[in-house]
Amino acid sequence: MEADDQTSGAMIDEIYANGGDEEKCRRPIISGEQLDVEAYASLYKGHTKILRLLFIADHCENNQTMQLEALRMVYDEIKNGENTQLFREVVQKIDGRLGTNYGMDEAWCDMVDRRAEQKKEKLDNELNAYRTNLIKESIRMGYNDFGDFYYAHGQLADAFKSYVRTRDYCTTSKHIIHMCMSAILVSIEMGQFPHATNYVSKAEQTPEALDPATIAMLRCAAGLANLEAKKYKLAARKFLETGQVLGNNYNEVIAPQDVATYGGLCALATFDRTELKNKVIDNLSFRNFLELVPEVRELINDFYSSHYASCLDYLGNLKANLLLDIHLHDHIETLYDQIRHKALIQYAHPFVTVDLRMMADAFKTSVAGLEKELEALITDNQIQARIDSHNKILYARHADQRNATFQRVLQTGSEFDRDVKSMLLRANLIKHDCNLRQSRRL
Amino acid sequence: MDPMEALVAQIRGLSSCAGDLSRLQSILKQADDSLRFDSTRLSAVLSQLDPSKHSLGCLYILEASTAGPVSKEQADILVPVIARFINSSAAEHIRMAPDKFASVCKRLKDQVMLLNVPVRGVAPLLTAVRKLQTTTEHLTPLHPEFLLLCLLSKCYKAGLSILEDDVFEIDQPRDLFLYCYYGGMICIGQKRFKKALELLHNVVTAPMSTINAIAVEAYKKYILVSLIQHGQFSTNLPKYTSSVAQRNLKGFCQPYYELANIYSTGKIAELESYVETNREKFENDNNLGLVKQVVLSMYKQNIQRLTQTYLTLSLQDIANTVHLNSPKEAETHVLQMIQDGEIFATINQKDGMVRFLEDPEQHKSCEMIEHIDSSIQRIMALSRKLTAMDEQISCDQLYLSKAGRERHRYDFDDFDSVPQRFNI
Repeated sequence: MEADDQTSGAMIDEIYANGGDEEKCRRPIISGEQLDVEAYASLYKGHTKILRLLFIADHCENNQTMQLEALRMVYDEIKNGENTQLFREVVQKIDGRLGTNYGMDEAWCDMVDRRAEQKKEKLDNELNAYRTNLIKESIRMGYNDFGDFYYAHGQLADAFKSYVRTRDYCTTSKHIIHMCMSAILVSIEMGQFPHATNYVSKAEQTPEALDPATIAMLRCAAGLANLEAKKYKLAARKFLETGQVLGNNYNEVIAPQDVATYGGLCALATFDRTELKNKVIDNLSFRNFLELVPEVRELINDFYSSHYASCLDYLGNLKANLLLDIHLHDHIETLYDQIRHKALIQYAHPFVTVDLRMMADAFKTSVAGLEKELEALITDNQIQARIDSHNKILYARHADQRNATFQRVLQTGSEFDRDVKSMLLRANLIKHDCNLRQSRRL
Repeated sequence: MDPMEALVAQIRGLSSCAGDLSRLQSILKQADDSLRFDSTRLSAVLSQLDPSKHSLGCLYILEASTAGPVSKEQADILVPVIARFINSSAAEHIRMAPDKFASVCKRLKDQVMLLNVPVRGVAPLLTAVRKLQTTTEHLTPLHPEFLLLCLLSKCYKAGLSILEDDVFEIDQPRDLFLYCYYGGMICIGQKRFKKALELLHNVVTAPMSTINAIAVEAYKKYILVSLIQHGQFSTNLPKYTSSVAQRNLKGFCQPYYELANIYSTGKIAELESYVETNREKFENDNNLGLVKQVVLSMYKQNIQRLTQTYLTLSLQDIANTVHLNSPKEAETHVLQMIQDGEIFATINQKDGMVRFLEDPEQHKSCEMIEHIDSSIQRIMALSRKLTAMDEQISCDQLYLSKAGRERHRYDFDDFDSVPQRFNI
């Protein structure tokens, strides 16, 4: 018996001390260091690479080296493309800080612009010819080429219009899918996420079965759209459904690492324990994604096994880098808050009494700060408990159903009483009005 | 024989039984014009009659004699005369001519107001109300007059005595509006906010075809009282509110809406500065005192909220969270709330800790059972009344013809089913 007590006592200590120092030593936090811009950029291609790098450059003003590094890569990347407008802006941003090699290249701009002019004319002529001949397929191709042309030159709204116009000339579901994918790509880049959702569902409605890669891409696009619309739970579902085939196929929008991060964080913020276990931790295909970002995998596992301190440590370390993410930065605070709240709720849930000092230790915060957080959660009715601020103990509160029922009955009774009385009064007034009108008529 | 003397003789002769009384009434009605013409002699005539026996006659004569404008001196003489009449008159007599009686009582009210002693009218009018009403559910035109005098003389308790009765029968909608509005104010004066809210609610939601000033003023007070009582205010009026009120009320009460908005954020400082900047508006509406109570109630609301989250909390912490200046002040507030039964707590003065307790009511005492039983009885009675009213309406000829007329497809075969359709 005594031995039993001792072990259980030891166990309780362990529970209280979860996320303690011992844990931390065993698993050093890796991702504390600065974002490796080059490695990050290599994950993407096309416009999103430029946009993501520009975003980083815009948002790390206090880190000159990183900013210049990002701008340098943007410069190189744009030189491979045809967007002279953006080129001029970037050169202005660099402002000669990267030496003469990264200055204004008027000759290149002129050349590209001239070529663009010619190409546009050519495309225009071609399209007109097709239209007079009424060859459906050619018209579609013509519009599609126009879309590609505008897209390459950064005229997104025009590109979107051209892509959408091809819709009337689509003959097979393959064409429709192609149209939808182009439209999604452009609308994501424009930040018009409702359009993206729209075209995702259009693509999913095509009668023919889609190939797995396309499905994965569509899931990602839908996930992004939901994320931007702050529907985190839906976003998490979509990311979790993304198949392993995604690979590097959708690099012009999203990297598999992002799927893991976005999906993982959204799931952590919105799923309950069983869902977290079934849909995230036991999800084989998503596990492969998680392998790419070990920090996220670790923090999800930590959260599930209630090592909140280490989980929150990971989150804290990731935060700086996630704030530089073009899609996630707006939502980081909300997601982090939700994750923290869920951790607090889960921590407090199994206990009848919780020592606030130990809880504060587990969450690496002060008792006063913890009290404030708990107060907010209790006011929101997310934790059924009350705080003994004198002894620093949290007491779970069990609703007394009998009393509550009595109170509710009495309240309902008096409400009924009041409502019926005022209703009768109103009825009498209306009747009076009726009688008055009648007597006037007589 | 002088017509006046003849009249006096008839009053004396015909005041005993019901049949005679109706004859007397028709005679008096005919004589009404000549009475007004002869108003100078009336006080002499009046002295020949006994108000308790010849109430109907006295009423007509008194009404005629007070018809003209009165000076202060005259009023000073008239007030006791009318008061004596009201006290001694017979109820069955005066109910035969309620209009005359009401107008006499209104004149009494005007005169005491003229003399600036509203308190002198309170007791006579209360008697008058009781005599004129056939049942306690009957709202007479004298109700609002009486409540107004109570308000002016600050005899709130006297006013409460008739507010206890539930009224259902109404002569004039305007009476109800004023009755509920004044009644609401009296309840506010007595800090019976729940009842006040009920009365003001009746004004705001009453059926009306045009917006009226009473409803607007009542709505302003309704917003404030609702904040004091519940700590919140829903801007949506219930759907049975007349469309006129739903459309227009908001426009008239903008400062109050904003006050409610700021209140909902729970920030004392903002609320106080808003009240300060809009002080004049509230003052013009004579609502400044109530607004100040709203501000005070916010402290209470905030303390109340703390009881939901904390078991113990130091006075210092309470002062901090509720934005009070010192623990001492917090202690006064908490103490006051404990006394008023709004929260259950104990204060430990040694270490400055407040311990919040659960509601000690276990719902198993004899008093509670009695209370519940009486509530059930009350609601059953109410429910019976509702059914009776429903039956009455579904048999009402006017209602049926209207309901039948408004049916889109008029079909002779269906016509018989009309009453059943509206039975519940």
